[in-house]
Amino acid sequence: MGVDGDSGVWVQEADFDIAHLQRELVARAGDAGAVATFTGYVRKNNASREVHTMELEHYEGMTESSIAAIVEDAAARWPVLAARVVHRVGRLRPGEQIVWVGVAAHHRDAAFTACEFIMDYLKTSAPLWKRECGPGGDAHWVAARRSDEERLLRWDVSGESRAE
Amino acid sequence: MLVVRFFARVREELGRDVLEVPWTDRVADVDSLQEHLCTAYGVHWRRVLAQDNIIRAVNRAVVHGNSPLDDGDEVAFFPPVTGG
Repeated sequence: MGVDGDSGVWVQEADFDIAHLQRELVARAGDAGAVATFTGYVRKNNASREVHTMELEHYEGMTESSIAAIVEDAAARWPVLAARVVHRVGRLRPGEQIVWVGVAAHHRDAAFTACEFIMDYLKTSAPLWKRECGPGGDAHWVAARRSDEERLLRWDVSGESRAE
Repeated sequence: MLVVRFFARVREELGRDVLEVPWTDRVADVDSLQEHLCTAYGVHWRRVLAQDNIIRAVNRAVVHGNSPLDDGDEVAFFPPVTGG
């Protein structure tokens, strides 16, 4: 299980407490005037298939370092005071939290924008893979979505640092 | 020694998650390593690793195109990512 307190990135099987994470983020930021957060959840249905469980596989070590690089990139682009990312791996059920991104800044513009940037980039470059299992035990790997790739174009992200 | 890792659909299709390949000048770059694996493990591996959306990483950083390998490097093959 990867834990990197310095980079503010956690990849873990355990669930997380959003209120605790946000308090810790604000404390670390020092003088935050704005915090923007994003939370992703497992849906009951995906691509018209019922989801019984979702398994998240990842590349330990690279997941942490690639998300940390995204956070650093965001902090270089916008005046971010502090940022945190938690991503769960292992077996999850519909309704469970998968990912949390929190960004603290003096003003809301930087907080909103950096939070969205981190999430967009995470979806297309962090080495994580979802496998959905249906109620009958049928399982399949979730396919990457072109729309996620297209969202990256808004950020003028160089192809050198992307995962595909 | 090179450590070679496979993830997600690629891991499942190959039936292997990790293997070690002795480092020699015949596997001194990612393309040569991939060709070595396809020759050693057969047509099924060639078909899986030849899929054009396969991503390759060296020492936990994605590489685009061919990339040199040194003794002790870790190489990974995986499909497009779907986290978040």
